[in-house]
Amino acid sequence: MIAAHLPVIPVVLPALAGALLLLVSGNIRPRRAIGLVATTTFLAVAILLVLRVIEAGPIVYALGEWPAPFGIVLVADRLAALMLVVLGIVALCAVVYARAGWDTHGRYFHAFFQFQLMGIAGAFLTGDLFNLFVFFEVLLIASYCLLLHGLGAERLRAAVHYVVLNLVGSALFLIAASLLYAVTGTLNMAHLAVRVGQLAPADQPLAASAGLILLVVFLLKAASFPLHFWLPGAYVAAAAPVAALFAIMTKVGVYSIVRVFGVIFGADAGALAQLASPWLLPLAIGTMIAGVLGALASRRLAEMVAYLTVSSVGTVLVALVPVTEAALSGALFYMVHSTFTVAALFLIAELLGARRGPAGDELVPAPRMARPLVLGLLFVIGAASIVGLPPFSGFLGKLMILQGTRASPAAPWIWASILGVGFLMLVGVARGGAVIFWSNAPGAPGIESGHASAGTLLPAIALALAGIAMAVFAAPIKAYTDATAAEIVHPHRYVEAVLGPAGGPGADMLKTLPGVNER
Amino acid sequence: MSLELLVAAAIALLASCGVYLVLRARTFPVVLGLSLLSYAVNLFIFVMGRLAEDVPPILDKASATYADPLPQALVLTAIVIGFGMTGFLVELAVRARDETGTDHVDGVEPGDVAKPDARPRTDEESGD
Repeated sequence: MIAAHLPVIPVVLPALAGALLLLVSGNIRPRRAIGLVATTTFLAVAILLVLRVIEAGPIVYALGEWPAPFGIVLVADRLAALMLVVLGIVALCAVVYARAGWDTHGRYFHAFFQFQLMGIAGAFLTGDLFNLFVFFEVLLIASYCLLLHGLGAERLRAAVHYVVLNLVGSALFLIAASLLYAVTGTLNMAHLAVRVGQLAPADQPLAASAGLILLVVFLLKAASFPLHFWLPGAYVAAAAPVAALFAIMTKVGVYSIVRVFGVIFGADAGALAQLASPWLLPLAIGTMIAGVLGALASRRLAEMVAYLTVSSVGTVLVALVPVTEAALSGALFYMVHSTFTVAALFLIAELLGARRGPAGDELVPAPRMARPLVLGLLFVIGAASIVGLPPFSGFLGKLMILQGTRASPAAPWIWASILGVGFLMLVGVARGGAVIFWSNAPGAPGIESGHASAGTLLPAIALALAGIAMAVFAAPIKAYTDATAAEIVHPHRYVEAVLGPAGGPGADMLKTLPGVNER
Repeated sequence: MSLELLVAAAIALLASCGVYLVLRARTFPVVLGLSLLSYAVNLFIFVMGRLAEDVPPILDKASATYADPLPQALVLTAIVIGFGMTGFLVELAVRARDETGTDHVDGVEPGDVAKPDARPRTDEESGD
């Protein structure tokens, strides 16, 4: 019974938990318990979904039993299930970390956290373009509140930029979605894929402009150059567990690019196939360079991590340029790795800052910190992994991307930028690490605050271990991302799963309706 | 044709005023600009179902054609979300004005330097 509804649980469960959390007042303990149980269950459901998807292929869930393309469908394919598991792991670590103190600052932290999960999970699962917009708004409004969690002038300052930019982004999303509807008469992604391939030549420029406006929206979410300026401000201002959860928010943008430009403007889109590729190459390289330059110029560790996030988004985007299975598989592997690593680094940055007294995580000499061993090791693992040093997961991800893009005509650009930016990243994190750990000002060792208790170290260790596990179990994970990439490169499998083979009953019925659009 | 031109001109006017206001440096004009922009977008969505006169909004055997109801449903959703977001932004702008002492979108008056306590308060320092 429950098994049939598996794809909708990652949306419904956080929604119910969030609603329940709004009602629970008073002591923090019941809220913590609900948040933890809901997030753990979320992760378990996501893992179940992955197992089901490996076994049976894409699962389509028609909400209210309305068949596609009339009703809204949720589609749990390999890509969505993978993203859900990554989200579950990061969320669990963030929620455990927040229990050490951050969640006591406002009554609704755990509620917003669950709504954030709901929005992100919905964005990963939905098979409808307008529904994607709605879930974007759900995750955005929750992220506005989480970003403001703890308040303070800098958070408000960062939030004003973040909210205004995202509202403009939402306006663009609506324009693009309605434009696509106007030329195709549908919003179901699978149905859009069919219709875009059949467009009359006169309508193709309109559909192409709608697609490229969508690309702008997703690049804004992904914090791609030149739309990345909001990210460092917002992520640095956010509380560490929130920043760790936000590590997956840029990936929502990347996921949407993969989904929309894989399915709707994918291999079967005729003249509009691979619409995004020529634009993505310079933007991705620009993102990598802008990110790493920011990391080199950072004055705080959290700021450096934020810029490393930008750079890692560029690395993923550049691997989307040649639409081949090998490159996409590398992109997915790297995306998962960078989410874990960046989330871990955000937590580590705050833990380090808490031990350095008034200097915080600023890259200035400070009195020697007490017991730097565990945090130092964690920092080295995270830094080496994000730079891409062997034997860590970042190295494997970059290797897969380099191998996958070798045959592409853009290969010289991609190789030069990935390798060059990797070197500059190494310089950046080495400088950061050297200042934090070795450049000591005279004075008493920093006192340990409540932040660096075992409860806060555990999630950081878990995230670092997740990155190491990716390197140890690279073979099965690569097999999974290979199969995922194959699904993306061959979107007709997705389309058939949603609409049924060779145009389902829904597609036939649509033809008989004398709609205004057909005049 | 004239109806199309009228609607298109209205959308263009709303959108251009909206963009102009969004690029202002104070939060209040930015809020107004975003509102105008969302009006333009809402009209745009509505028109994407095509402009049709004197046709039923649902399928009717007596009529050869019908007005597309889907954009109307979409625009309703967009209006509700846009309203909520504008409300949130107004509250945020007021709060930012209180905390930073200025209604500049950067939270700093041009020429001023950010306050030294701009670093976000850590767990211990902030208590609310």
